[in-house]
Amino acid sequence: MGFSEKRANFVVSRRPPKSYGDIFFHWLTVFLLVFFAVVMITPFIWLVSSSLKTQINIFQYPPELIPNPWMPENYVYALTYKPFATYFRNTILVAGLNVTAVVFTSSFCAYGFARMRFPGRDFWFGIVMATLFLPYAILLVPSFIIFSRLGWVDTFLPLVVPPFFGGGAFNIFLMRQFFRTIPEEIADAARIDGCSEFGVYWRIMLPLSKPALITIGIFTFLFAWNDLIGPITYLRSPDNFTIAVGLASFRSQTDIHWDLQLAASTAVTLPVIALFFLAQRYFIQGVVMTGLKG
Amino acid sequence: MVAAGIFLEFPAVSILIRVRGQLENMALETKTIANAKGFWLTRQYNRLSLKQRRTIMGYVFIMPFILGFLFWWLAPAVVAGQLTVHRWNLISPPRFAGAFNFNRLLNDAILAQSLKVTIVFSAISVPLGLVFAFFLANLINAKFRFIAVFRTIYFLPSIVPAVANAILWAWLFNTEFGLINYVIRAFGGPKIGWLQDPNWVMLAFVILTVWGVGGSMIIFLAGLQGIPQIFYEAAEIDGAGRWQRLLYVTLPMMSPIIFFNLVIGFINSFQVFVSALLITNGGPQNATLFLVLYIFRTAFQSQKMGYAAVLSWLLFAILMVLSFIVFRYIGSRVYYENPGD
Repeated sequence: MGFSEKRANFVVSRRPPKSYGDIFFHWLTVFLLVFFAVVMITPFIWLVSSSLKTQINIFQYPPELIPNPWMPENYVYALTYKPFATYFRNTILVAGLNVTAVVFTSSFCAYGFARMRFPGRDFWFGIVMATLFLPYAILLVPSFIIFSRLGWVDTFLPLVVPPFFGGGAFNIFLMRQFFRTIPEEIADAARIDGCSEFGVYWRIMLPLSKPALITIGIFTFLFAWNDLIGPITYLRSPDNFTIAVGLASFRSQTDIHWDLQLAASTAVTLPVIALFFLAQRYFIQGVVMTGLKG
Repeated sequence: MVAAGIFLEFPAVSILIRVRGQLENMALETKTIANAKGFWLTRQYNRLSLKQRRTIMGYVFIMPFILGFLFWWLAPAVVAGQLTVHRWNLISPPRFAGAFNFNRLLNDAILAQSLKVTIVFSAISVPLGLVFAFFLANLINAKFRFIAVFRTIYFLPSIVPAVANAILWAWLFNTEFGLINYVIRAFGGPKIGWLQDPNWVMLAFVILTVWGVGGSMIIFLAGLQGIPQIFYEAAEIDGAGRWQRLLYVTLPMMSPIIFFNLVIGFINSFQVFVSALLITNGGPQNATLFLVLYIFRTAFQSQKMGYAAVLSWLLFAILMVLSFIVFRYIGSRVYYENPGD
């Protein structure tokens, strides 16, 4: 008894007491953490502060942090100056369709890549990885020509139809990585019970992959919400604008109305930040889980 | 449908249209056959060997991607190939132009400027962003009570919508009333024309890019947390200090992730568009005329579709060469803990 106690004691006190170096390093880390937190968050504070100032106060030197007078009306002016409600509806429509497309088709393809063995699979997966590293901008011009030939310009179709075909290389890749972490035995058990491959995908893999699906869903939503180059290329009439195009055209038309521009920017950013706080677990865990193994 | 006649000039497009029609017919036919001989078909399918059935099922699963690749990658690539030898302003019919667009490439001073801007930006912002993200990831990997708050604060900038981000930074960099110049002047510095001075504007773009580095930081953090603690303990027992542990444990173990972030960073750095369009619109004196913005302008403002296609191919070629260099010379130095998986 006495011996094992001694032994346990030895194990616990194996680490030497904190040296001055450790203490210094601890406080250095704290200092740097706080310093960079201030650097990272100041632009946000400045954004909100400026968006609540009057046109006169915003052009004041030296600037003041607390708006005086307080101008929440800026938000009303900004969001009614342009039909942001319409833009919002359009964006939700596009983003909703994109999320649906990506969640279903990318997991469907990923299942084939992760769980089926057939000739040509690695070739096609190589192509998935190749398109992963090719920026969309390369195909902007020829895609525009194809879509205008199809008569799709100034509709949402160029923005919502392509994701239904595979849902993007990155999502296929992430889903494939996730599927590979699910034990094959579960699927085998289902197969023995007479489940088809589609059944395995639909009844076994999808329900088990909810965290990964939510993750790619969120990232797809964010992309649709933030994307400018797609909508600005294809959407012509203001009635079809998404939030991003609407905000960009708002900026070009209200040149020096920084208060209004910043109010609109804040309003557009808030839903994204709200989404992040609601789904923070999926943002962070998604990267960790689907990660970069393999 | 005057426009239709114009587009038919491009075989790839018209083939796509025709294929679409045929596909619809085929789908109808298969449906009829399937209805009539559904039982027969199932029997035939069940007669196939396991391997054959697996192959069929495999291709059924990856079919959406294959179709997507043909429609949204290969077809556009072919159209882009055809466009390169045409002159076309989207209104009058495209004219065959031979090597005209390629000759223009050689004498285009603006293109040279655009390439210079893009490459300089990439060469500065990618390594800087990588180091900063790695540094921040190490900071927020520490165990403190409120560490989750710091993680959130560091990550948030990367999810700000691009357009809002552009407006925000245009305001922060404002020469007279921007916060950044205010801070600099408060410390006795000069008033810098961030967005008006061609010498400073690049630094402004680097700063705003580095601010939004949270995505790669989170990827680094995940990697750091994936390193087995036992390696650090072993190193400590061997007498390795903090710096040596970073150098001989963390860096080798993180090298695949560093490499991943490097590749992603390079690709992103060649795609700067929104901030260049909205903050400076390419100026001052084309100092922020990034390649994608130049392609966009050539196509949709100057209506030179053929030349824009040549530029797109050029961007593609540059990325290919860069990827090759990166994979060949840096990828070979990456250490994989579990090769083959």
